Amino acid sequence: MSIFIEAAIRAVFVFGFLLVTVILLVWVERKFVSDLQNRVGPDRAGPWGILQTLADGMKSFFKESIRPTNVEVALFVAAPIIALMTALLIFMVVPIGAPVEINGTEYALVGADLNVGLLYVLALSSMAVYAIVFAGWASGSKYPLLGSVRASAQMISYEAAMGLSLVPVVLFAGSTSITTIVEQQQGTFLGVFPAWNIVLLPSFVIFLISGFAETNRAPFDLVEAEQEIVGGYHTEYSGFQFALFFLAEYIAVFNISALTAVLFLGGWSGPVFGPAWIAWVWPIGWFLLKTWAIVLFFVWVRASLPRMRYDHLMSFGWKKLIPVSLAWIILVAIAIGIRDFGLPWS
Amino acid sequence: MELVDYLPIALLTLLGIAFAGVSLVLARVLAPSNPTPEKLAPYECGIVPLQEPVQRFPVKFYLVAMLFVIFDVEIIFLFLWAVRMDQFGWAGIATVVAFMLMLIETLAYAWKRGALDWNVSHRTRTRRVVAPEATIEKAA
Repeated sequence: MSIFIEAAIRAVFVFGFLLVTVILLVWVERKFVSDLQNRVGPDRAGPWGILQTLADGMKSFFKESIRPTNVEVALFVAAPIIALMTALLIFMVVPIGAPVEINGTEYALVGADLNVGLLYVLALSSMAVYAIVFAGWASGSKYPLLGSVRASAQMISYEAAMGLSLVPVVLFAGSTSITTIVEQQQGTFLGVFPAWNIVLLPSFVIFLISGFAETNRAPFDLVEAEQEIVGGYHTEYSGFQFALFFLAEYIAVFNISALTAVLFLGGWSGPVFGPAWIAWVWPIGWFLLKTWAIVLFFVWVRASLPRMRYDHLMSFGWKKLIPVSLAWIILVAIAIGIRDFGLPWS
Repeated sequence: MELVDYLPIALLTLLGIAFAGVSLVLARVLAPSNPTPEKLAPYECGIVPLQEPVQRFPVKFYLVAMLFVIFDVEIIFLFLWAVRMDQFGWAGIATVVAFMLMLIETLAYAWKRGALDWNVSHRTRTRRVVAPEATIEKAA
């Protein structure tokens, strides 16, 4: 029974954490973009407009939800729920802090410490394609269908690049458990530099770029290119069903930022000060600091770069990112081989 | 590592579906519903849609899907090897590099045949040259 209660606490905590994070994230994005564009941004709901997202969320309950006549009802209703579920579940394997000891038992601050953590992440981000394909196909309308076909080709292309960019990380850690990958990044390199996986720089860059494409963020937001295909796959969605897509999109942005921080920037590793009762807060702080820094980078890129052309997008993925990651895997494998087993002919 | 590790994930799945379901029902109760034929028509920039949306699609999307399947399976193999690399030594590295070279060859072939080119107006295609005798035979 206590196992059940512990699991329930973990699930509820991750759920609440993500909802609060999204409320903050949407506000931070709008405020930061408005600062970069020399505007004021939201400033009415609450101090500095911080409750704007909450107000928008409440509003969506009272908006008419239109279901056009020629939709496939089952898939049309399922699509936003699938989008939300895949986004929520990915965060379950991200450790947000060092293990804490309560009453002599050590608890890992992670939703579920799976030994197949990275495969789980890749599997769920593939599942996210279904939500977009179902939404576009079930809408029975031209623009959603075009948007979803584009989106699925884009997402699976960058999915391949993302998976390949993670192989060197697994080679380094010797495990696909994300907790193990973070633990392997503790300590320092040459006594000064933190031993983060960012030394795998090509992997880091490819992962981040694929992350932009996976979450359909600018400059890869062709999925919802307003000028060409209206709203893309969610053109026909309105009311709370649209809000679910919106929620899923922002949770996905936070997931990618958190995964980048955990896989390449050492996660919760960082200096710890003070007595034991306060020391456990520091790792959580480091994790949040790194994650939010990448979130701000996402917003900064959105405000700075124009949208890519579709043919450029596809050829960038297949002709640059994938060959580079393949070559990089071979290079890292040979380097680790020389370090661990000596030269092959010796 | 046991099945019980997946319990939080199962619970979050239930919680998320419950959240979405309750919210959708609540929205249905709270929101006004005033459908008109115009509102329920598919979005088409204000005009009446003339065609069914499911039209023919470029075959390129299918090619991308096939390439993705090849590379995604490769990723699974690479992950399996990467976890246990220390046990296989140089033999493992050599095997995996040979395997990857074969897949790089696949990519190079697709690249050369133009499967990765989009929006190319004059695509250089290798046309199958039909021998004149064959045409004559068919005609006869």
